[in-house]
Amino acid sequence: MATTTPTHSAAKGRTARGAAPARRRPRGFGGSRGRTLNFWLFTGPFLIGLIVFVYVPIGWSLWLSLHNAQGTVAPTEFVGLDNYADMLGDGDFVDSLVNFTIFAAIIVPITYALSLTLALLVHRIRFMKAFFRSVFFLPTACSFVVASLVWKMSLFNGLRYGMMNTVLGWFGIDSVAWLASPHPPWYWLVICSARLWLQCGFYMILFLAALQNIPRELYEAAAVDGAKPGWQTFRHITLPQLRATSVAVVLLLLIAAYQAFDEFYNILDEGRATWGRPPLVDLYLQALGANQDYGHASAGALILALLIALVTLAQGRFLGFGRGAEK
Amino acid sequence: MGNTGLYLALGVATVLFLVPFYLIVRNALSTDADITGESWRFFPADLQWGNVRELFDDPSVPFAQALWNSTVVAVLHTLGTLLVCSLAGYGLARIPYRHANKVLYAVLFTLMVPAAVTFVPSYVLVSSLGWVSSLRGLIIPGLFSGFTAFLFRQYFLGFPKELEEAARVDGLGYWGAYWRIVVPNSLNFFAAISVITFISGWNAFLWPLVIGQDQSSWTVQVALSSYMTAQTINIHLIFMATAVSILPLVLVFVFLQRWLVQGVAQTGIKG
Repeated sequence: MATTTPTHSAAKGRTARGAAPARRRPRGFGGSRGRTLNFWLFTGPFLIGLIVFVYVPIGWSLWLSLHNAQGTVAPTEFVGLDNYADMLGDGDFVDSLVNFTIFAAIIVPITYALSLTLALLVHRIRFMKAFFRSVFFLPTACSFVVASLVWKMSLFNGLRYGMMNTVLGWFGIDSVAWLASPHPPWYWLVICSARLWLQCGFYMILFLAALQNIPRELYEAAAVDGAKPGWQTFRHITLPQLRATSVAVVLLLLIAAYQAFDEFYNILDEGRATWGRPPLVDLYLQALGANQDYGHASAGALILALLIALVTLAQGRFLGFGRGAEK
Repeated sequence: MGNTGLYLALGVATVLFLVPFYLIVRNALSTDADITGESWRFFPADLQWGNVRELFDDPSVPFAQALWNSTVVAVLHTLGTLLVCSLAGYGLARIPYRHANKVLYAVLFTLMVPAAVTFVPSYVLVSSLGWVSSLRGLIIPGLFSGFTAFLFRQYFLGFPKELEEAARVDGLGYWGAYWRIVVPNSLNFFAAISVITFISGWNAFLWPLVIGQDQSSWTVQVALSSYMTAQTINIHLIFMATAVSILPLVLVFVFLQRWLVQGVAQTGIKG
């Protein structure tokens, strides 16, 4: 790296990114040499960590994925893309991707609708706003492990004394074994409701923040134009104004769903139930289960990372996410 | 919808959202007989405060140790992340350097690869360093969050330049200006990020599960998870453990509401 940096090109580099404030200050603090030194002083520790704990693992993963690495992390047998082919031909991993898709198809729209509804309700009331906001946000304090525990051992434990079964009993309905078998797939109800409880409040806060930023004049103008408060205003004013937030929320929800691990692992017996096993649990069992198969697990992890990246990019392209984030 | 309808809907939702908390407290203060009785009891016959003592005396799971581990991990995770990521964010936002953009892209690229997906190679790396079952292994790999560094960068881009100009007149370099001017004027943002980082550190599960192979290095979440497969433990102790594990965060939530809400709104929208 060069220690003498032409000052004008440094300034250009900044303005090119759209960071306007750099225009008037070719000198900065100290000379260009001082700036280079300072830059590395500030970012160096982070970058070293990033290289060691993020880039090296990614590279190592890539390397492992091309080798037969069962029970060893220093493999010698190169197998090319076989691990990838195996994973894509492996019933369990492909099933886990299908499971994820089902999970995402349920959890993303419901969380979106529920957190938006809660935000609209809390936004509209005059009194006790802070109280309701706190109540819905409070589950965020709990971990997925805590929710799994309550859901599995008390709320939906399948025994007659479980809370859900007690409530059903009041209506004369027989106890349901919520987690005992995949038919009917009641376990989706258990897993999805736990996640809904945990995450709705978080996304509600995002929507509340966005709702507060909608200019009042828009609603006044709409009222003058004869739009009825309620559905019409919601559809033509509120929803379009929430577009940026909606895109961000859906993206965050999708990524979070892809990375589901905690509740599946805990609710479905350490992921041993082959039904309802998401990709991360499958990879965990591959790598840290009996086989210690780092080659296949790495290949699977990279397939998953690629899928997430594609979804992120596709959604960004499609809905214009990222324009807002770059300021 | 009229006002009554609004409050009615919110009331019903409130009850539903609070049921799990009620179950935790009810079960934590019950005897097993209260919990598993034939008919539903809304409240335990007698509040069993002795369950707290019983939980910490139980030798099968070192719960006190796990609490201590979680505290150390969450606190150091938070402090370390704040230090490392805020410095990087400032450097990226404010110090003109020829290759700054390339560095920024290298940081942004890591956002595309979620940490949860790289746990296999990370585990391999950390175990080859000999850090399995150690606090180092639990804390250090998590400090370098591209996401947090990016949030800091975005924040510092919006930080008023005039304040730093004043620092320059006073003869401070970047380093001095950062610590004497920028940080003291950004405490709200630091607080918001630290609360969120602390919560995610306290609630993390996958990484502690992978790294915490000896009981002595279990965090609270791993300890709780171990109850779910153990045959010997009593239900009331499991729920007492749950209650104890969420108490610190519930307190954080109650007392730091404002920063927390602000922080979530910030991170989410920019994320």
